[in-house]
Amino acid sequence: MAEAGIRAGCRAYFGYPITPQNELLEYMAAHMPKVGGIFIQAESEVAAINMCYGASAAGARTMTSSSSPGISLKMEGISYLAGADLPTVLINVVRGGPGLGNIAPAQGDYFQATKGGGHGDYRMIVLAPATIPESIELVMLAFELADRYRVPVMVLADGMLGQMMEPVLFPEPVDPAALPAKPWAITGARGRRPNRISSYFLDPAELSARNVKRQRRYQQIEEQEIRYEEHETADATLVVAAYGSVARIARTAVRMARSEGIKLGLLRPITVWPFPYSPLRALSRRVDAILTVEMNAGQMVEDVRLAVAERAETPFYGKLGGLVPTPKDILREVKRYAS
Amino acid sequence: MPVNAKSMVKVFERPKSLTDVQFTYCPGCHHGLVTRIIAHTIDELGLQERTVVVAPVGCSVSMYEWFHFDGIQASHGRACAVATGIKRVNPHLIVFTYQGDGDLAAIGTAESIHAANRGENITVVFINNQIYGMTGGQMAPTTLIGQWATSCPTGRDPALAGYPIRFAEIVAQLDAPVYVTRQSLYDQKRIMATKRAIKKAFQYQVEDKGYSLVEILANCPTNWRMSPVETNRRLADEVVKSYPLGDLVDRV
Repeated sequence: MAEAGIRAGCRAYFGYPITPQNELLEYMAAHMPKVGGIFIQAESEVAAINMCYGASAAGARTMTSSSSPGISLKMEGISYLAGADLPTVLINVVRGGPGLGNIAPAQGDYFQATKGGGHGDYRMIVLAPATIPESIELVMLAFELADRYRVPVMVLADGMLGQMMEPVLFPEPVDPAALPAKPWAITGARGRRPNRISSYFLDPAELSARNVKRQRRYQQIEEQEIRYEEHETADATLVVAAYGSVARIARTAVRMARSEGIKLGLLRPITVWPFPYSPLRALSRRVDAILTVEMNAGQMVEDVRLAVAERAETPFYGKLGGLVPTPKDILREVKRYAS
Repeated sequence: MPVNAKSMVKVFERPKSLTDVQFTYCPGCHHGLVTRIIAHTIDELGLQERTVVVAPVGCSVSMYEWFHFDGIQASHGRACAVATGIKRVNPHLIVFTYQGDGDLAAIGTAESIHAANRGENITVVFINNQIYGMTGGQMAPTTLIGQWATSCPTGRDPALAGYPIRFAEIVAQLDAPVYVTRQSLYDQKRIMATKRAIKKAFQYQVEDKGYSLVEILANCPTNWRMSPVETNRRLADEVVKSYPLGDLVDRV
């Protein structure tokens, strides 16, 4: 993911050590200087996200990464980035929580990521990779989307993705000098009016106008950027809804179920915001049940239920505290609803 | 005798680096002086097209509106981290933060110290008026012992709230900073000294020397509940006893 960031043209990375994502920071420390980029190990996650805020305002493609407790600390900064319309890419390698929790894979940060963990009325594009090759693809995409919509974009990974290895093919690197200009950036007011980057608008009418404008951009994102994958859903009577590592495990469960004659499919949101409500709505009209499986106590299932609106059963199966569901666990749950 | 305009020499004018937007500072407040001194300095050094102000949370929250150069608003306490990000991406820019005592020495202690310790080539202007101005006069980390504030209604008690924090001294013991000074504004001589200090700090940044901190003992007539004249007297007679004036570090 670090290499993908560099290839996406990121030339400013700021981070603070936290397991299970230290390799990312260490990779940046070793490789950012080779491309003339900036690496700073900040004094805290709070400082790191604010360095991103400054670097992004100065026009650079910027990135930070952390894991759950560290992401909580970045939430204030994310709100400011959103409020000042600054692009930045954040990687959250989610671990068990709440509190210090543990360093095992988990998905307990779904609400925080998709519903606005910081204050104020903002949204953040959230991309959820299920494999390492897809992580690379989505990190590259994250930079494109961040710049296109001037929003912070989060790549929501988990401790399993953070600690595994897979062969990958890297795409060709992007030349930062060839990226579209950012006329709004802080570059020195030479031959132009001064640029101001701020989220502070004391006049309610002005703040409202800016917020309304931003909400329109969010609407555009919802119309154009929803990404998801459907697997074996054409004839399915039952569907598992899962994202990230869990979706990968669920794929195996689908194969196992199919070998036993159960018509199981999988819907995997790739963007968890914007969430693929429409495809779930469509599925809910022709399946008996949509089983949501997560490594938490039931977070994405709320979005699934919003989409399904009681047209089908919407049970939930979750593993907590850093425990990872096995394909057998999922199959066992599926069988409860297949009968 | 008719006045010949051509023979008159302009000895005082609005700095070019100031916009027409009216300050939101209270009457008699030293913030206005420092804001003007900075604008004047940027003019003198010819840096208007390269300068970036990082505005804090506090009475100067929207100060980027007053300067005729690029500006950015930082979240409370994080100005030095924001300045770090800007300066590292574009070292050609002249980046300064303008922060009060709550912003720099309470909520932003970590960012303020670590930017100094990394020797970021930025200029930090620190307004020490011993109180939270914008929020209505609460105790600051710099509030003097016994000083009244709305959140220490019987005066600052060190048993409860510790002692006035001498931030310039904390920064001065680090290896990286090149210029650390404490100035004040209670009379003309001090104002001129502050002007010289700010100019030196910016000059060092232009020369890539590194991090500078200019701490300025300032007033807050509104929340000290004094006339501006009384605040100047208090600064000269009492405040400087807790915060000695002068250069602490000048490594250039």
